[in-house]
Amino acid sequence: MTRVLIVGAGPAGMRAAETLAEAGLHPVVVDEAARAGGQIYRRPPEGFTRPAEKLYGSEAAKARRLHALFDRLVAEGRVTHLPERSVLALSGGVAQVLGAVREEIAFDRLILATGATDRLAPVPGWESAGVYTLGAAQIALKAQGVALGRRIVLAGSGPLLTLLATQLRAAGAEVAAVLDTAPMRAQIAAGAAMARARPQTTLRGLRLRAALGRRYHAGVTLERIETADGPVAMHWRDARGRARRTACDMVGLGWHLRADTHLADLAGARFDWSEPFRQWLPRCDALGRAGDGFYVAGDGQRLLGADGAEEAGRAAAIACLQDLGLPHPAPAPVLRRLARMERFAHALARAFPWPAEAVRALPDATVVCRCENISAGLLRETLPLSGAEANRAKSLSRVGMGRCQGRYCQLAGAEIVAASAGRSVAEAGRLRAQPPARPAPIGAWLATGDPGAE
Amino acid sequence: MTGRVLRLAETGRAALRFRFDGEELTGLAGDTVLTAILAARSTLRAAEFGPERRAGFCLMGACQDCWLWQEDGPRLRACSTPLREGMRLRSAAAAGWPGEEA
Repeated sequence: MTRVLIVGAGPAGMRAAETLAEAGLHPVVVDEAARAGGQIYRRPPEGFTRPAEKLYGSEAAKARRLHALFDRLVAEGRVTHLPERSVLALSGGVAQVLGAVREEIAFDRLILATGATDRLAPVPGWESAGVYTLGAAQIALKAQGVALGRRIVLAGSGPLLTLLATQLRAAGAEVAAVLDTAPMRAQIAAGAAMARARPQTTLRGLRLRAALGRRYHAGVTLERIETADGPVAMHWRDARGRARRTACDMVGLGWHLRADTHLADLAGARFDWSEPFRQWLPRCDALGRAGDGFYVAGDGQRLLGADGAEEAGRAAAIACLQDLGLPHPAPAPVLRRLARMERFAHALARAFPWPAEAVRALPDATVVCRCENISAGLLRETLPLSGAEANRAKSLSRVGMGRCQGRYCQLAGAEIVAASAGRSVAEAGRLRAQPPARPAPIGAWLATGDPGAE
Repeated sequence: MTGRVLRLAETGRAALRFRFDGEELTGLAGDTVLTAILAARSTLRAAEFGPERRAGFCLMGACQDCWLWQEDGPRLRACSTPLREGMRLRSAAAAGWPGEEA
């Protein structure tokens, strides 16, 4: 039987697995978490008692349905789930996988459903303990039942900002301010297109926003995070330019999402700059074909959110079945739903834009690379030597070379590189991904070496 | 020293004892190492390249901010490692490790 490897057990990976299993294939799903769900439908450890309604709110029914579906497929022996494992590298039809032990998994077809991380813009002071991504704060609440501070400021832009503030308050956390860098003007201009594409989703967002009342501020400028042992206050300017200071002991930051394309790059995908999403995304056809026997789905392909990820997972599986000459569900309805999700996502991106100008104007002392504390000034100093190209700038400045491998600095770094040359950010280029996709102890390879076999 | 994280729910779990930098701490079954330490301490470790301290950042295994040491050597990622009874953790490498004071 054709060996199909799916990387990621979020909504895209789970739907891809279902679609393949329904066609009689037996996919293998590798995922880092202990339980399937992905980030959006992440499940707490065994023994936690809050019901799905508490964890996932209006999306509880979808979460329950997906969890039950995947658990059933695994229990029936139609899908193999390999949890708590990271795919580190892909080459020659073999995935190098590391969990409790190292494994090599050979495959004929590959579906990458690797999801996304928060997209971060540096704010002076963001390297301090107690500054987290918005996603981190949501994971802490959902999977651990904790708030990452006692008095919280959430800043950035995108749907997660409002949703997370609502979830934290409902759980009893104190949210002092919700600071949105998106101007109200942009939100209103794009809001109509959002409502046309997905009226209920848009309305739900507006209701959550209204409930935040005076905690929510649009069109802010983030000046700096004042820190001692951790955050002490966020300094910001409101839409009218007035200086404000909000005391806090935790700051959550995020500007929508960044597709995690590391493995797609290692698998040989080509990339295009997406102007709507303001980032590099793997080149693929409408169903997600990115290469020979290689498919991408979910937020790692295009940032369409959880519902879009389910459709993209189905689409990638349909493409895989088509290529194998096997019976498959009709692609047209899936493609129609994906097109609607994409219209919504593009409008959402216009409503809550990436703060390119603020990043380009970051003070020299601001840390851009959190891994190695490399400042905007140091990056700018190296550019006359490296030239305005992201990979060469990385070699000299080390922005993008730290342990996160550029996941949290490369888009901001590229803005600074581009600004120095008066270019568009796309012209600064894209950082090439290197294996391993996660740090890995060399012992995992040494211990399994068998000199007698040579 | 007070904790950074605030427990809002799921507090009825069994207690697990562990050691961090030589001190006995208590977490709850189902905690990640990060949650358990930050329930009692404000940070996980010193930054290697700056004066500040670190307490994790992404909590999804992507940023690699929360690596800690174990007394018997191997490192672990605090945000994605479940706490186990009797773990012996360190915020820095043991003395004698290359680059550390002997």
